[in-house]
Amino acid sequence: MSIVETAEEKVKEHHAHSVEEIDLVIGDLAGIDSQALEFAWDSAVKNTVLQKARKNIIHMPGKAKCLECDCEFDIKDQFDQCPLCGEPLLQILQGKELQIKSMILT
Amino acid sequence: MCATCGCDNEAKISIHRIDQPTSLNVDDIQFTPVEPRITPLPNGRKQIDLEQDILLKNNLSAERNRGYFLAKNILALNLVSSPGSGKTSLLEKTLHELKTQHSFYVIEGDQQTSNDADRIASTQVPVVQINTGKGCHLDSDMIWNATQQLNPANDSILFIENIGNLVCPAMFDLGEQKRVVIISVTEGDDKPLKYPDMFQSSQLCIINKVDLLPYVKFDMENVKKYAKRVNPAIQFIELSCTSDEGISDWYEWLRKEKVEKIPVYG
Repeated sequence: MSIVETAEEKVKEHHAHSVEEIDLVIGDLAGIDSQALEFAWDSAVKNTVLQKARKNIIHMPGKAKCLECDCEFDIKDQFDQCPLCGEPLLQILQGKELQIKSMILT
Repeated sequence: MCATCGCDNEAKISIHRIDQPTSLNVDDIQFTPVEPRITPLPNGRKQIDLEQDILLKNNLSAERNRGYFLAKNILALNLVSSPGSGKTSLLEKTLHELKTQHSFYVIEGDQQTSNDADRIASTQVPVVQINTGKGCHLDSDMIWNATQQLNPANDSILFIENIGNLVCPAMFDLGEQKRVVIISVTEGDDKPLKYPDMFQSSQLCIINKVDLLPYVKFDMENVKKYAKRVNPAIQFIELSCTSDEGISDWYEWLRKEKVEKIPVYG
C-alpha cells in the first residue's frame, strides 16, 4: 500500500519513530469503499510505522459542472445527469480526491 | 483569452533551437522547491502537511512510461475487462492476422500461471508474463520492468493485457496512450453503470462475442446508452473472434491509431 510506503519514507526522512495521526482525504467518487479500506487498513499497517496511528478520513462529496449549461450541482454517481438540462457531459469538480493530507510524527 | 487565469493564449508561441550559447547566467536562476509545511508540536512531535496524492508514485512512473513510448513511437494499449470476456482470444487472433504488418509486443498480467502468455508465445510474438500473486491490478512500475525485459522496437504496438477486473485497474494509469475496455454479450448490459470508473477512463469499448447475441438477453442499445452516460466520448466496436464479424473494424481502428496518429516531431 502506497500510504504505508509514504509514511515509512517520511518517518525516516524526519528521523521520527512512528506516525501518531494521519489525515486522508477521500472523494466519494474516487472508487474507494470506506468499509473495504477499514477492513484492509489493520492488516496493511501491521508492523509498520502506521500500526498505532489514529486515522482520520475526510470525505469529499461529489460536485460537478454541466458542460452544456454551466450549472454546478452535487452528484452521487459519475453518471448522474445535469439536473437542469439532462445532459451527461459533466466536468467533475470535486470527489475524485485520494490524498494524504497530513501526518503527525513522533 | 484563457478562462482559467486570464492570460493571453492567442499569443504566438515560439519554440526555437539555440545554436549559440546565450549570455544568460545560470547562477541567476533560482529554484524554490515546494516542500510540505512542517509544524513543530509539543514533545518533539511534528505535523507534516503533505497533501500528496496517494497514487502519486504510480502516476509519476506512468508518465515516465508514456514518455518512453512516445519517444520510441510505440502505440501502447491497456486492455481491461472482467475475466472471461475474451481479451486473450482477441489478442491471439489479432497477432496471428496482423503480425506481418506491424511488430507487436505483449505484456500479460494475471494473478497466477503463464497460461495466457504461453498462448501468446505460440504466435511467435515476444511476450512477458507478470504474475501479481494476490494483486488485483497492474501498476506502472511493473510495466516499466516488463518493458525493459521486452525491449520493444521503435514504431511497434505494445498490448498490455491487464488482470481480469473492472474495478482496481481503472485507477492505475500505466502510461498507455489508449485504454480499451472489452465486454462480452454474455455479461450484463448494465456493466457500464456498475463499473463506471473503467468506462469513464477508456477511449474504446469492444463488445465481444456478438455471434452469441441470438442466445442471450443482452441489449446492445442499452449498453451503449449506459456507457455514453458515463463517458460521452467513448467509441464502440462490436465484434466476434469466432465468426470474424466486426473484426475488420478493430483492425481499422488499430491501423488508424498506429499510422494516422503519428506524433509530429521537430
